[in-house]
Amino acid sequence: MVQTAIEFQEICKKFVNTGYYAADHLSFQIMEGEFITILGSSGCGKTTLLKMINRLYEPDEGKIVLFGEDISTVDAVKVRRRIGYVIQQVGLFPHMTIAENIATVPKLLKWEKDKIKQRVTELMTLVGLEPEEFKGRYPGQLSGGQQQRVGLARALAIEPKIMLMDEPFGAVDAITRTLLQDQLLDLHKGLKRTFLLVTHDIHEAFKLGDRVMIMNEGQIIQFDRPEQIIREPGDEFVATLIQSVKAQERFWEGYR
Amino acid sequence: MIEFWQCNYQKILKSLIEHVEIVMITLIFALLLAVLLTIIAMYSRRAGEMFIQIFSLIYTIPSLAMFALLIPLTGLGRITAILVLTIYSQYLLLRNFITGLYEVEPAVVEAAVGLGMNPLQVLGRVRLPLAKRSLFTGIKLAVVSTISIATIAALINAGGLGDILFDGLRTLNVYKIVSGSILSAGLAFAVNGVLGVVEKRI
Repeated sequence: MVQTAIEFQEICKKFVNTGYYAADHLSFQIMEGEFITILGSSGCGKTTLLKMINRLYEPDEGKIVLFGEDISTVDAVKVRRRIGYVIQQVGLFPHMTIAENIATVPKLLKWEKDKIKQRVTELMTLVGLEPEEFKGRYPGQLSGGQQQRVGLARALAIEPKIMLMDEPFGAVDAITRTLLQDQLLDLHKGLKRTFLLVTHDIHEAFKLGDRVMIMNEGQIIQFDRPEQIIREPGDEFVATLIQSVKAQERFWEGYR
Repeated sequence: MIEFWQCNYQKILKSLIEHVEIVMITLIFALLLAVLLTIIAMYSRRAGEMFIQIFSLIYTIPSLAMFALLIPLTGLGRITAILVLTIYSQYLLLRNFITGLYEVEPAVVEAAVGLGMNPLQVLGRVRLPLAKRSLFTGIKLAVVSTISIATIAALINAGGLGDILFDGLRTLNVYKIVSGSILSAGLAFAVNGVLGVVEKRI
């Protein structure tokens, strides 16, 4: 039987000094092994949703349950160590080598040195970075795409059951992005982990997600399989979104 | 000049040692205080900004006036000198410590927290190493300024190289003035160099 990996129960979040909800009574379930993409424009609450899962933000109301466990009852640091986290700015530690960056969490968990070394090599190969060539380098010596690979490897280090990714490919060029997206899909297939990816790029959301969550003004507008969303847009907002993509495609078609 | 040094080397040496003592004691107290205030500033940004404001205000008071102001409270001598020097160095230390730690890239800190580092690990493994330069800049500036201001402390009987300097001024003895100046400048230069080497090693 497939387990429920993530469950939101009536989650609300309002930031101080703002009048509106960043999360407005959110309730949903995500199954283990699903690849969920969360789509929305900036300020729609998608990043807030993600950060509540690893307790970087605390909800004002409601309950978040990960694999049957209410996370508000678990120490925040412990919750975070079970979850992989990748952000757009990557946030690699500039004073550490690539190998040291990837080894961050295993070191926090006090793994043995040999085991860490082996794991780092494994991870670098997994994300497509030649270990011998890159492990001794510093983040500043890498391209944007390579840095994001390291960020991915660092988050995957202890095989977390849940991976949270906040616009991981927002800062890389279009060609590298397509490549990284394909690799991420392969990675997901191989690992059978639960992936959550936040993006404002509708192509990315529909390409990667088993299910796509469309958000606007703190609410979930539609949460369904991509083909279902395209067939039956949930409301005016989603319909307009899909229309705009089709219009763009016609633009490219015109140059054939 | 050489003759002067040969005759007075004992007095010069004594003054130099006194000077180093004053600077060292000041530095120990100043660092302890600065570390404490910096930790408070890590929890509250407002407190951090307030500390810098307050100490920058104090820093604008001429040191001689400050020594004079404190004499009724703590009397003449070393204690007053060390107190004043400690307060003065706070501005240089805190300004560099606090802004250095605040200026570590937010994304790097977010990643560290998100990966599951506790606040102490974020400070020790991420913030401190990345702010190393600012930390050392603060210490170097504070040491150099303490060495130079400490010469003025001779006026309130605290001893040190200022004794030679002011003796020279009073008796118009060029040898003394030059010796005092060279030694305090040389001391500052040497300590700065040593700290530079230490910084590279860490």
